[in-house]
Amino acid sequence: MSEVLALEVRNIVKRFPGVLANDHVNFALRKGEVHALLGENGAGKTTLMNIIYGLYHPDEGEIFVNGEKVTIDSPHDAIRLGIGMVHQHFMLVPVFTVAENLILGAEPTKGWTLNLDAAREAVRRLSEQYGLEVDPDEVIEDMPVGVQQRVEILKALYRDAKVLVLDEPTAVLTPQEVEELFVIMRQLTERGVSIIFITHKLKEVMAIADHITVMRRGKVVGTTTPAETNEQGLAAMMVGREVVLQVEKSPAKPKDVVLEVKDLVVEDERHLVAVDGVSFEVREGEILGVAGVQGNGQTELVEAITGLRHIRGGKVLLRGKPTPERNPRYLIEHGMAHIPEDRQKHGLVLSYTIADNLVLCTYYKPPFAHGLQRNQAAIVENAQKLVGQFDVRTPSIFTTAGSLSGGNQQKVIVAREFSRPIKLLVANQPTRGLDVGSIEYIHKRIISMRDQGAAVLLVSAELDEITSLADRIAVMYHGKIVAVVDADKVTRTELGLLMAGSKIAEAAPAV
Amino acid sequence: MTTPASFANWKLFVKRWGWWLAGAVALAVLIGYYYAKSPQITEAVLASTLRQSVPLVLGALCGLLGERAAVINIGIEGQMLLAAFIAFLVNVYTGNLLLGVLAGVAIGALLGLLLAFMSVSLKIDQIIGGTVINILAIGLTGYFYKVGLSAHGKLNPIPLGPLTKIPLIGTVLFNNPPITYASILLVFLVHYVLFYTPWGLRTRAVGEHPRAADTLGINVYLVRYVNVVVGGALAGLAGAYLSLEAVGSFERLMTNGRGFVALAVMIFGKWTPFGAWGAALLFGFASALQTQLQFGGQVQIPHQFIGMLPYLLTIIVLAGFVGKARPPAADGIPYEKEG
Repeated sequence: MSEVLALEVRNIVKRFPGVLANDHVNFALRKGEVHALLGENGAGKTTLMNIIYGLYHPDEGEIFVNGEKVTIDSPHDAIRLGIGMVHQHFMLVPVFTVAENLILGAEPTKGWTLNLDAAREAVRRLSEQYGLEVDPDEVIEDMPVGVQQRVEILKALYRDAKVLVLDEPTAVLTPQEVEELFVIMRQLTERGVSIIFITHKLKEVMAIADHITVMRRGKVVGTTTPAETNEQGLAAMMVGREVVLQVEKSPAKPKDVVLEVKDLVVEDERHLVAVDGVSFEVREGEILGVAGVQGNGQTELVEAITGLRHIRGGKVLLRGKPTPERNPRYLIEHGMAHIPEDRQKHGLVLSYTIADNLVLCTYYKPPFAHGLQRNQAAIVENAQKLVGQFDVRTPSIFTTAGSLSGGNQQKVIVAREFSRPIKLLVANQPTRGLDVGSIEYIHKRIISMRDQGAAVLLVSAELDEITSLADRIAVMYHGKIVAVVDADKVTRTELGLLMAGSKIAEAAPAV
Repeated sequence: MTTPASFANWKLFVKRWGWWLAGAVALAVLIGYYYAKSPQITEAVLASTLRQSVPLVLGALCGLLGERAAVINIGIEGQMLLAAFIAFLVNVYTGNLLLGVLAGVAIGALLGLLLAFMSVSLKIDQIIGGTVINILAIGLTGYFYKVGLSAHGKLNPIPLGPLTKIPLIGTVLFNNPPITYASILLVFLVHYVLFYTPWGLRTRAVGEHPRAADTLGINVYLVRYVNVVVGGALAGLAGAYLSLEAVGSFERLMTNGRGFVALAVMIFGKWTPFGAWGAALLFGFASALQTQLQFGGQVQIPHQFIGMLPYLLTIIVLAGFVGKARPPAADGIPYEKEG
């Protein structure tokens, strides 16, 4: 180890109440490499990066930058040491311009006055130097997410970052934008920047990383290279056991139409048209996947179908009958199950117990209610049965839903929704933020619902999820369905292009 | 895409500023017409408009400094009231007007510090924090107020030499007491600080996305403290204006809701100093008109109704005309540091 490392951490320990988030973690970043940090949610990746960036203080351990021992007490220290971070949720002020965001906290001045000309000049110089094209006067909230990410990278470069931490940078990007990001990452490493690439996506790690460090439950499991391993091997390292990456499923046997959406028009909060004349149908025993980059109207579409949002035009028919508008209870009683996009906001009442959350759809009916009174015994019995059946890991059924992990929260929702007799399942981002093990479980459950004859509408921004689960795929772009294709007749590249709004000849509608 | 001020871009210029220009011309014509008709009344109403707007614009500057850094201050009323009282007392016991004003400013800043402590450090609900200040001010001034105290003079107009000779404008703009001049200067100063200095950029960042500011090494708590305390000082100046410049005495509850109207002014002005100034002048005009109508005696409307004018305007403006005003995104949300 004669080579000087860009960054090294030794024996980092970080405890949170009840959790050992980082357990004697060692990690070494060589100069000019892309080093992937791979692990499930809650494995301790983000904790480690927050320690390196000075947002958390480690309980034990040492950090070395360029071979010298340092203490990092705040982001200020990290920036001074040449460490830059691109956070998973962008740290950009939406109403500021690119130039303003770039200089925030390190502003060039003329006398007392901000020197925005110097800021614009810096944007142009860095853009040119690293091949990251942006307009210095554009306002962040008007820019596509991929370009916002470039601004985040520029921000770090403006502060002379030599070590760049990218926290789940591909989560919000289209496949094409991911390709562009990888090109940028290569350009950066050629210019001597070292990159820590945090992710849980195996394909991307194999594509870009020079070294891969895998973390599990706060510990480093091992360090490897793409040449020495494959996706299966990495998944096993992450989870600690063999994982089935591709869900086993038999061909779909579609029967009667359950859900029919006709010329649906829905507005968002700002009264702009978010869903623009969408029509499709979902049949018994099939999964229709809605693919698309986040924010193309999927949320509004699902909310309209599930009775949560006002419908501006068009119709939603459930088994041939028009559904009354904004009446979730009607839908629930007629066999609709809903796994909402935001499980903490719309899926659960976090301050209620698991037992109460499990009867949110049925609490007013026997056996859970006797007239005006709740039947506690039936509620408890129901909870005990479902917690076992759906493998919810919890100390007790009286634990509040808010104290469960994301995966277990999702299992509670799935248990509640799947334990009723259902005809239609609407699942929006059912595995967002979950670990590989939980994803595998939820996917199996969704397939088995299909096989029992339910119609499934699956909305997801994860292309892998869509391609492995859906029988047919509808691609949404700017509020419209640009194509409906059979899942086995379309390639990832074609889907990616459709998601980015371009039309291709091969993707002719095949309803 | 930058400022369309050059002649070549006159179409863009008209598109962007046309309505403002038309409004300004219409206003000038209207004022000219009334000035030709009855110069004394026009001068009196306009001068009164400016003076009535002083506490409103200072209060609104206080509010917007806080809210630009995401601290809602509904305690402006209390800050003004207690500052008016303390400024008056200091003047009564020392005989010095300047000391009185400084005391008012200091007490406003102190109450700002209290609000910042409650809402930034203790993370108490900001509406409750502001209410605490309002109740505190009403209680303290009510308890310690003694009838029969009288101030030693009040702040008098300082004519600005030959400028006062200009018809209409001279009397209205250049013959005012010191705090009125100060309030105008402060509008420009706050605008400059907020939009043209690093401090202002940081303040706005803290109000929009505090975590982003934090990750860039900006001390979110410090920015909020300083803005709320400086805002408090401005509210204190408004209080001193009321007791030592406008009236020359202190009366119970003399702020009379101006702290709350100042918040309406801030919102109507879309959280910008110049917007707030315009809104404050509008409200000032409503008050001036109200006084004129009551004492001019030309209109036969019961004075109670005329007295409602400024408050009615507040309700109408807030209910109907605010429209798409967008407050700072993090407004009112206490900031929790990670880790």
